[in-house]
Amino acid sequence: MATVTSSTLSPSASRAGARARGVKKGLRKLPAYVLLTLLAILFTIPFAWLISTSLKDPKQIFVVPPEWIPNPFVWSNYPRSTTFIPFWRYFGNTLYVTLFNVIASVVVCSFVAYGFARIKWPGRNIVFLVLISTLMIPYPVTLIPTFLIFRDLGLVNTLNALTVPALFGSAFYIFLLRQFYLTIPQELSQAAKIDGASEFQIYWKIILPLAKPALAVVALFAFIANWNDFLGPLIFLNDKNNYTLAIGLYGFFGRSRTEWGLLMAAATLMISPVIILFFLTQRTFIEGITLTGLTG
Amino acid sequence: MAMTSTSPHSGRTIRMGRMTRHNLLMGLLFISPWLIGFLILTLYPIVASAYYSLTRYDAISPPEFVGLGNYVDLFTKNPLFWQAVGNTVYYAAIAIPLNICIAIGVALLLNMEVRGRSIYRTIFFLPSIVPDIAAAMLWAWILNPQFGLANAMLKALGLPTIGWLTDPDWSKPSLILINAWAFGGSVVIFLAALQDIPRQLYEAADLDGANAWVRTRYITLPMLTPVIFFNLINGIIGAFQYFTNAYVITGGQGGPAGSTTFYSLLLYRNAFSYFKMGYASAMAWILFAAVFVMTLLLFKSSGRWVYYEGGDNN
Repeated sequence: MATVTSSTLSPSASRAGARARGVKKGLRKLPAYVLLTLLAILFTIPFAWLISTSLKDPKQIFVVPPEWIPNPFVWSNYPRSTTFIPFWRYFGNTLYVTLFNVIASVVVCSFVAYGFARIKWPGRNIVFLVLISTLMIPYPVTLIPTFLIFRDLGLVNTLNALTVPALFGSAFYIFLLRQFYLTIPQELSQAAKIDGASEFQIYWKIILPLAKPALAVVALFAFIANWNDFLGPLIFLNDKNNYTLAIGLYGFFGRSRTEWGLLMAAATLMISPVIILFFLTQRTFIEGITLTGLTG
Repeated sequence: MAMTSTSPHSGRTIRMGRMTRHNLLMGLLFISPWLIGFLILTLYPIVASAYYSLTRYDAISPPEFVGLGNYVDLFTKNPLFWQAVGNTVYYAAIAIPLNICIAIGVALLLNMEVRGRSIYRTIFFLPSIVPDIAAAMLWAWILNPQFGLANAMLKALGLPTIGWLTDPDWSKPSLILINAWAFGGSVVIFLAALQDIPRQLYEAADLDGANAWVRTRYITLPMLTPVIFFNLINGIIGAFQYFTNAYVITGGQGGPAGSTTFYSLLLYRNAFSYFKMGYASAMAWILFAAVFVMTLLLFKSSGRWVYYEGGDNN
């Protein structure tokens, strides 16, 4: 219809033709829209089901066939799930480990990456190759001796077991930051050196401010990785007081496999910070993922 | 660092030498946190784990040297080991290609300049940042044979219901499905790669009268091969370390009937349930060797199928 009206109004027949072609092109995309929308629905259903279940009591949960809209809405699952297990204690532990590791990763990795990207020293490329190849080592190879070292140092069963490694940086973040540092023009460093700046001053006053986007990516990745980490807490924590959310929820899941309403409420609470963070930082996030995939 | 006094500009050379030494010290200073961590938390553990793999070691009394005993036992006397290898290969062989294909397909669709692209991208990306533990709990509920949503939907469509995670034939496909839900990270990467393909290539192909299939087959796919390669390597390393979902959903058991006892799960169980640290270390080294060989083969083969823009394929 739009084309008909436009052709009667438009003095230029060729422009109308172009529009008609535009609509035709739109029609050609129809299957794409249908497919994408179907897939999008399929991918959203689990989230919807999570929220729906978290607002039902057992009577509504075990109904066949299941109903999507809770009737009535059982909000009490949320407060109950936080008292059923010491949820806020786990939350606090997780937040502590996560924030500590985010800060440590940003500080340490940005420092180490400077040594790999902005200073030329003999042997640098070989050492960098070693750093890259550590990314390929499967964690089971180092896991057992690391556990034994941490045990002998008295770190096992403390949150320090989860935070101390971050003080030594992470090869992946160092790699990302190094790639970013390499794109900063060398002239900036040289000019600063002529003015008598030390390497540390160049790192602190020139490189760090320019690397903010990359540092944000590292902070985001470190946040997600630590918030979600399951294996670390599983191996290093035994005392329930030290549990993080991941391992605390696992215990909850093991004990009460039929309390789906409470379990889904607790899972929703654990997921929310990550989802909120994503929506607040979407651009940085997508750029970060792109960076990892295209420079790798 | 070699100072050549024969150089005509010897003064300058010596200064360069001092400069080099200064740079070396500064470089080492800057990388020192990582270097110390590498020595203590990577290099020593690698050596120690190689040694433990030759011992019987319960983590309390000193390790007892047994030579290649652990390896021989694993390869010849432990059917569970081979089951775990089989499970892991099954998982990797289906999950990795499946994820890459879905990701490319969705990225191609999104690249058609569809409206609301960033909304779609967000929807596909979100599951990939959901904590494993939460995803495992959610899917255990969705795939619940009696009251789960999946079977309710099958019933509504008039299809037979499935035992999902409780059926040894369906437990691995179930885990592959859960994994496929979290494929979003690779969509973002593939989409970015698609947008990096120079438009002139397509314009030139259009002039030559190439249809959509030819354009996809001879321009798009070759230009995506570096990203496919990256995803393959990551996928293989990831699949052989696949652990959390299977562990959480089966309560660490790897059931039913051992059908979800993946390699890393069996390794974890030997190390931290049975405290057979030497045995588990041998498993870790077999894993290391397998991943190393596969990565090497992929790199060797990459010259034949991975296209690097700007050229010399080496």
